[in-house]
Amino acid sequence: MPDPLLAVRNVRAGYGEAVVLDDVSFEVAAGQSLAVLGRNGVGKSTLLLTIMGFTNLVRGSLVWRGEEIGHLAPHQRPRRGLGWVAQEREIFASLSVEENLTVVSRPGRWNLAAVFELFPRLAERRQVRGHHLSGGEQQMLAIARTLMTNPSLLLLDEPLEGLAPIIVEELTAAIRHMPGDSTLILVEQHADIALALTEHVIVLERGRIVHRGRSRDTLRDPALLDRYLGLTLSDSPHASG
Amino acid sequence: MATVSLEALRGPHGYLRAQTRWRRTEIAFWLATLLPFLLFPSYLQLASQIAITALFAVSLDLILGYAGIVSLGHAAFFGLGAYAAGLISKFGWGEPLSGLVLASTLAGVAGYGASVVVVRFRHLALIMITLGMGLLLHEAANSASWLTGGADGLQGVRIRPLLELFSFDLWGRAAYAYALLMLFLTFLVARRVINSPFGLSLRGIRENAVRMPALGAPSRAHVRKVYTIAAVMAGMAGALLAQTTSTVSLEVLSFQRSADVLVILILGGAGRLYGGILGAILYMVARDQFSGINPQYWYFWIGLLLIAVVLFLPNGILGGLGRAAAWWRRVSP
Ligand SMILES: Nc1ncnc2c1ncn2[C@@H]1O[C@H](COP(=O)(O)OP(=O)(O)OP(=O)(O)O)[C@@H](O)[C@H]1O
Ligand SMILES: [Mg+2]
Repeated sequence: MPDPLLAVRNVRAGYGEAVVLDDVSFEVAAGQSLAVLGRNGVGKSTLLLTIMGFTNLVRGSLVWRGEEIGHLAPHQRPRRGLGWVAQEREIFASLSVEENLTVVSRPGRWNLAAVFELFPRLAERRQVRGHHLSGGEQQMLAIARTLMTNPSLLLLDEPLEGLAPIIVEELTAAIRHMPGDSTLILVEQHADIALALTEHVIVLERGRIVHRGRSRDTLRDPALLDRYLGLTLSDSPHASG
Repeated sequence: MATVSLEALRGPHGYLRAQTRWRRTEIAFWLATLLPFLLFPSYLQLASQIAITALFAVSLDLILGYAGIVSLGHAAFFGLGAYAAGLISKFGWGEPLSGLVLASTLAGVAGYGASVVVVRFRHLALIMITLGMGLLLHEAANSASWLTGGADGLQGVRIRPLLELFSFDLWGRAAYAYALLMLFLTFLVARRVINSPFGLSLRGIRENAVRMPALGAPSRAHVRKVYTIAAVMAGMAGALLAQTTSTVSLEVLSFQRSADVLVILILGGAGRLYGGILGAILYMVARDQFSGINPQYWYFWIGLLLIAVVLFLPNGILGGLGRAAAWWRRVSP
């Protein structure tokens, strides 16, 4: 196994005194993709927030390219190459699409032209202000804005939440068509889609990892998905095959 | 807004570069600021007061309009600059340009100090902190009458002619030329700042200060920086007032001055750089006209106008003009 890009080791974290995550450990190597699954409120967002430095890290370590980053201020982590798209999207409502994208851009493969190729809808709406965008467009903008920081690792928190099926397909296609060497941690409620898009998976329950494995195998294990996620995949069109 | 070709977007900051082009209306505006020399030679004193107020308003716009920092104590830096410029000349250094640089630097240092506190607060707390700092300084200047002259104002301000050639006389030719030039130069700096990646991050901070760090922007460092720049500009405005009128009174530090500049900026339109200038022109000209008729009603009308603008023109008069222009372009073929 190559040196991990990110190693999360025995992490206990939460908000103030409240501990949400306990003894969480996993690694992501460059070019790999990891799905993080679990029911509502198990701590999936908290995990990403912890990686980005927005929670109280009580114990354990976060190692990025061999360097401990658990003590770094939040703004220093994106500069190391971590790119996070929050569940709440939090686009800049009164800035135009172009301004939203330019506000944090750093040089690299992803520039305006490249993200507009990935999300043609955004190109059409370049001059439109954030608050005039639809939910799907806002999500595309949130992802594109993070891509503009040219991250080495992309953390997506429920990018498909609350979106119409057609937009879900469009976004799924965009994620799938990201360059092959992109590294991804994907938090999703749509377990079937997340498993189809990733190689590895961890499942959280009450702040602990209760299952880890290959996405392909997990997709074929309905009993497991039912137990931890309350999911019966046969209902879903994506599960077949 | 200018349309940018997709090719221009390849560079990291192609979009921002495209925003810095000068528009025709802007060039026309700055040329028009020269008209008072020809058309209203007896109003040059007023014109210079307007230019100084405009500079003060642009300074507030940087922190309020762009970074979203509401301040009710911005006169603190204006007053510091005014007293510094006055005192420097009183103690024998009457050369205006170096006095201006010194006074604005001093205001900048104070601004940096204040920014360290300001950056930790938001919303109501921020308003109270800035208000408190303004009141504190006003009272300090009042008490230190051995230095400031207290309520009688600073005595003995003597400013040498500009470049040893143009003296600040009652006509105000030199005063207006000096104030206008300084307004223009600082405006160029402000415009540059606003259209830089730093300026754009300020607007991101205004929208969501908590999450900007998640995208790699050091919000607090940015806020400290812009607050310091704004303090330098406010100090410069105060110094200009002291130098062009050879008087400094406690009024330069008053709450009234902080409130007035806020009103001027909101009327003109915050977050659009020219809003403060337009607001200053309208406010000062109107006050000059009104004061002849019925001075005690001045704030009644200003209050009414403020309510009307906030209700009907949320982006100020300049925002309203922009909307009207956009509408006109749509209806006229
Ligand atoms: N800011 C906060 N302060 C205190 N507790 C919080 C905070 N945010 C989340 N929590 C708690 O932490 C736990 C985990 O929340 P988290 O948002 O990580 O869950 P999640 O798995 O992302 O859920 P969802 O699928 O609904 O997004 C929950 O019990 C939640 O109430
Ligand atoms: Mg969540």
